[in-house]
Amino acid sequence: MSRPHRLGLFAVSAAGLTALLLWGVAGLPDFGHYRGPYGFVLNASAPGERHVTNVVAAVVFDYRGFDTLGEEFILFASVMGVALLLRDVRDGAGRRGDAMRSDAVRLVGLGFAGVLLLTGLYVVAHGYLTPGGGFQGGVVVAAAFVLVYLAGEYRGYRRLTPIVVMDVSEGSGAGGYAVIGIVSLLLGSAFLHNFGPLGTGGTLAAGGSIAFLNVATALEVTAAFVLLFTEFLEELSAVRAGARS
Amino acid sequence: MIPLQAAVIGLVAVGALAVVLTRDLVRLTMASSLYALLLVVLFLVLQAPDVALSELVVGVVGFPLAIVVAISLERKG
Repeated sequence: MSRPHRLGLFAVSAAGLTALLLWGVAGLPDFGHYRGPYGFVLNASAPGERHVTNVVAAVVFDYRGFDTLGEEFILFASVMGVALLLRDVRDGAGRRGDAMRSDAVRLVGLGFAGVLLLTGLYVVAHGYLTPGGGFQGGVVVAAAFVLVYLAGEYRGYRRLTPIVVMDVSEGSGAGGYAVIGIVSLLLGSAFLHNFGPLGTGGTLAAGGSIAFLNVATALEVTAAFVLLFTEFLEELSAVRAGARS
Repeated sequence: MIPLQAAVIGLVAVGALAVVLTRDLVRLTMASSLYALLLVVLFLVLQAPDVALSELVVGVVGFPLAIVVAISLERKG
């Protein structure tokens, strides 16, 4: 196909797409004019039924907890796949030391790692009070560990995140989520149905089993992201060692 | 749609165009990270802080990090 033809085809399809988009956006309900009943029902009932102030957490870890179970295992399976593929290819070659020479980068990086870790734990712990939760907070905690590596402390990073501990955390996070669901069954209700004391709304001691599922998710997500990064990193240093020899 | 939302949607459109038009892979990664940051602002403006946080950790940090590592793997290998 020649250039004018391609440009002509692009012009026609771009015009069509633009028209469709504008039509669709024009038909959207106004901001703040949500039409469905589901959100209103949840907003009205979740704080009273589950004593949580972040309705999103109540949906993710309670009313739609089963969906989150699936998501947990998607992450678990994909990180497991990466680990299986990369660990098999690598044969322990390519250990390397700390390459960072700038004291300023090291100081700032390590200083922020502590702040980031605390922020991540805060986001996890307050998941059912304010926006956040196990998934978002878990990634922030994992990022704090990665920052230790980026500050040039490779050995420190590996000492903070031993692969065995990360493997166990990932498995027990994903498995623990399912076990909490089975505890619901043993207590005579539906799978993943909320149990435990509901506590006082607006405090950390609230939400029943939402808190446990939140922590299980945080454990799984933190370990999954750290493992993913470590596998890539080890692969990189193995390739570099191979290139040198 | 209030003006603030329209402005942020315009910024997101510009960011998306920048991502599409960037050819260099490392710059592309940075562009996509910035684009994700613009999406975070959009979600915040639309009052969806939970989604904004998820986009922040995955789109701004996680995804570019994986891509940068993959690029340097490719170049050293």
